[in-house]
Amino acid sequence: MFDNIDQAMQAFEPLTVGLFIFALAIFLGYELITKVPPTLHTPLMSGSNAISGITIVGALYCASNEYSLLANTLGAVAICFAMINVVGGFTVTRRMLAMFGGKKKS
Amino acid sequence: MNLLFPLAYLVAAIMFIQGIRRLSKVRTAKSGNTLSAFAMLIAIVVTMVLVSGQAAWPFVLGGMVVGSLIGLVAARRVEMTEMPELVALFNGFGGGASALVSLALFFAMFSNHGSGDFSLVGGPGAPITTSSSAVSAILGLIIGAITLSGSYVAFLKLNGTVQGNAFSFSGRNLVNGILLIAPLLAGLALCFVAFDPGVALIVMLAITVLALIVGVTATLPIGGADMPVVISLLNSLSGVAAAMAGFAVQNPLLIVAGSLVGASGLILTQIMCKAMNRTLAGVLFKSFGSTSGGREGYDNVKESSAEEVAMLLDDAERVVFVPGYGLAVAQAQHVTRELATLLEARGVEVAYAIHPVAGRMPGHMNVLLAEADVPYEQLQEMDKINPEFKTTDVSIVLGANDVVNPAALSDKESPIYGMPILNVHESRTVVVIKRSLSPGFAGIRNELFDYDNTVMVFGDAKKVLTDMVAEVKENA
Repeated sequence: MFDNIDQAMQAFEPLTVGLFIFALAIFLGYELITKVPPTLHTPLMSGSNAISGITIVGALYCASNEYSLLANTLGAVAICFAMINVVGGFTVTRRMLAMFGGKKKS
Repeated sequence: MNLLFPLAYLVAAIMFIQGIRRLSKVRTAKSGNTLSAFAMLIAIVVTMVLVSGQAAWPFVLGGMVVGSLIGLVAARRVEMTEMPELVALFNGFGGGASALVSLALFFAMFSNHGSGDFSLVGGPGAPITTSSSAVSAILGLIIGAITLSGSYVAFLKLNGTVQGNAFSFSGRNLVNGILLIAPLLAGLALCFVAFDPGVALIVMLAITVLALIVGVTATLPIGGADMPVVISLLNSLSGVAAAMAGFAVQNPLLIVAGSLVGASGLILTQIMCKAMNRTLAGVLFKSFGSTSGGREGYDNVKESSAEEVAMLLDDAERVVFVPGYGLAVAQAQHVTRELATLLEARGVEVAYAIHPVAGRMPGHMNVLLAEADVPYEQLQEMDKINPEFKTTDVSIVLGANDVVNPAALSDKESPIYGMPILNVHESRTVVVIKRSLSPGFAGIRNELFDYDNTVMVFGDAKKVLTDMVAEVKENA
């Protein structure tokens, strides 16, 4: 398949490395969270939802002087959406978890 | 490239992993949330430093300030009863953000493109440089757009704007299949085939519109009681869309964080499906309960009143509350807690039976009752409390319906046969507080209402419970 060893060793392009990370992270996530008590279903959902706001990193790349006004505008809306997710998600999760903790009764 | 930035991303990735791990245990959940928030802060600050040389600051800061304010106000103001709506909306914004990233990348390339034909791969070379980035950007766009429109439909259903009942048309799976495959194929074409720029633009917009439409047509037919499954699945998709954006901009942090969310959403989806004895495919592709077979109507319904129930409660030693979606609608969680406290004060043993799919979102009832300061230990899961109904004097069903229907255990013809239920019918007396005899989501009669040990109190849960509290106080 490859003419020499050098080529074979370079088979790991960014894409293949990315796929490795993707597959491993899904397994990791699955193992981490398998046994989650019902009380935490909603906070887990809103908290993990806030984490999906990580897409803001991609959005920040898009609002750049190198790109067109349209790309910047779309980037700004993406940043706005992601921030709603991040700030809103972490805040509301915190609010819910505070209720759970606040009523500990012996 | 400086090693510092990738390492900072690695630290953030590890913090996300720890954060989400801690979020799945009651004791550590709070610190898990905080840890994830700090990881996000690191990711945002590092990225801002990275792009600072070329950032279009008015756009960056404008988007951040507006988004933060909206998020903060929404999260502060929301009533706990509206939590499913809020989570649905947030899912949508997450997916929408990823879709917009793909669109922005496309238009960044498109406007840098000179004359001649255009394709994503082999275009001007930036910002999308490889075929895998291009394909991922297309996938991120499609998944993100489906998440956005699907979540919006879910939101409209949850707040009652769109009827929550199953709505269906024949051949909808075929239509949805075509609606899904068409943008995928068009997207692949856009990656590798050189189009006239005008055509490329139309293709890109068509992909976006088709994906938005499939989000609507796939979510619309799914009924209200299947909402916990749908919300969990959309949650998962918002993570997958972020991971796809990660492939597009070649940032492993996005891939890791997105996959973690994808996995956690998938786990919740499975838990919800199991609790309803349904498969994910069944929820997505088969209409449910639109045909109601078998017997209709009731012949042994005994109507009772707050006063009579208060007398029942006088003699009770053990009382179990069974909350459902109706409790959330009536916002009756506080008055429920008030009644429970009164009963406890006179030595009654009180518990709450929580069915995994009670309400419209995973954990919906737990959040509501926690808001009303119900002690955590009194909330009991289905498997734990089911054997204890036999020794329960009074079970009070508050706006729950299908999850207490004994037909699920005995009637092989019933659409809900096999679904695990709360065995309230085994308690000495069952009090069902409900607005009317109308069927629940499944559209079938509830055998429980005809049982000899069941009495019905018709009315709004909050009002009925308030009356009961007054009666119980009077009897004291």
